[in-house]
Amino acid sequence: MNLGDWISQPVNWVFTLLALASAYSGVRVVTSQNVIRAALFLVGALASSAGLFLLLSAEFVALTLVLVYIGAVIVLFLFGIMITRAPLGRDVALDHKRRAPAAITSIILFAVLSWASIRAFAGREVTGVGDATDTRLLGEALLGRFVVPFEVVSFLLLAALIGGITLARKDLSPAEEEAREAT
Amino acid sequence: MIEELLSNFWVQLVIKLLIAALIIPVVGMVVGFAEMKLSAKMQSRVGPYFAGGRWGWAQLIADGVKFFQKEDLVPADADRPVYKWAPVLVLVSAVAILVPIPLGPDLVARNLDLGVFYVLAVSSLSTIGVLMAGWSSANKYSLIGGLRAAGQLIAYELPLILAVVGVVIMAGTMSLTGIVEAQGAWFSERGWTWGMPFVLVQFVGFAVFIIASLAELARIPFDMPIAESELVMGYITEYSGFRFLFFFLAEFANMFSLSAIAATLFLGGYWAPGLSETQLNIFGPLILFAKIGVLVFLMIWFRWTFPRFREDQLQSIAWKWLVPISLANILATGVLKVMA
Repeated sequence: MNLGDWISQPVNWVFTLLALASAYSGVRVVTSQNVIRAALFLVGALASSAGLFLLLSAEFVALTLVLVYIGAVIVLFLFGIMITRAPLGRDVALDHKRRAPAAITSIILFAVLSWASIRAFAGREVTGVGDATDTRLLGEALLGRFVVPFEVVSFLLLAALIGGITLARKDLSPAEEEAREAT
Repeated sequence: MIEELLSNFWVQLVIKLLIAALIIPVVGMVVGFAEMKLSAKMQSRVGPYFAGGRWGWAQLIADGVKFFQKEDLVPADADRPVYKWAPVLVLVSAVAILVPIPLGPDLVARNLDLGVFYVLAVSSLSTIGVLMAGWSSANKYSLIGGLRAAGQLIAYELPLILAVVGVVIMAGTMSLTGIVEAQGAWFSERGWTWGMPFVLVQFVGFAVFIIASLAELARIPFDMPIAESELVMGYITEYSGFRFLFFFLAEFANMFSLSAIAATLFLGGYWAPGLSETQLNIFGPLILFAKIGVLVFLMIWFRWTFPRFREDQLQSIAWKWLVPISLANILATGVLKVMA
């Protein structure tokens, strides 16, 4: 594909925009000096990855990213931060001195991931892009062929949820309960 | 030449954006005007009277012009970029919800296979905007309002989603166009096709959906996030000028779009008995707007009928009543669907 072809395809431009937005917000998530801003950049990173999934016709994954991660997880993040403390401006405690090891680790991680994906997919053309994946097929796969792993995962998540509640919740003794009712 | 231009991606993009940018103010003004006039009627007042002559129909246009003239204030301690982008995010999510709503058999911006799922996902984006506004204003009232809004939206998103599942089971599809078609063709016998809006069989789901969407919209009786007697104006307190207008428009646009979704899911959308497909393409939008009008009227009526709930009552309604009821509804619908 030469440069002229590349420019005439809108999908390339949309991809470039989304990729840049995703990379920029990803970097800002870690470099932001304010925890709420970092969470908001995470919204940007997730939203642009949802856009990338849309470009690959994976509507279901894109919308799940938006509904579950942006709509629920990040909202809970923000809610939790704001209900405990809501620092405006810079937060010194967010920074630390080990920037160089962190940078090296992330560069190595990036190199490994790129190497693995190039090795696995280099030279292969992306096919089937254009029509959205039929959700019916996804549903049938999840509740047909993969029903056992699906149920195991949901059971595991339920157990984790109950475990989380048990750990976080301190049950009051009857006397304490009465004292609490009285106030 | 013109066709070639119209099929260009960028030209299409600009045209679609322009249409979206036009729909919101128009819809917002119509709903806003209805709210003013109906509120006045219910309180034995006249309401807007002077602007534009008869009925004061130009009141909302005058208001809009007024908001644009006002200074765009940003509090000194505010987090400027977050403060400035919050109303935009809220408005964008209000616009984006409208994409998969069908106005007729062929009149739809984009018939998404996952229409219902898309609507629920996009509507949850406005929560982020509200939290951003509440936090970045550097104002205690704003922060409390934002937190209340978030707590409320988290609690009521669940029953909203669960209420829709019953409809999805009935229709066997998540596409909004498919759901309307399923209501238009309930069963066929001897060449006759009978339709039935899902509200008749999914009344529980409909009731839960309406209650939950009132809470999502933060309208009375669920208006704690902007309760003016307690929190001035909640997360909108510090906003002025056109950013305030954005929140204002987003509220009315959201009223419209959630009513449109309720009408599509439960009241048959653009479908009406006895009309052929061609006729539905012509009259569909009018039929849909009539149904939306009924629901919007209901919401405004509620506003002057019910007092505001307490915060703990709000949470217990969601978790102790609406979620179990809608789960039972899903179970009953699923069992009946399999048996039938």
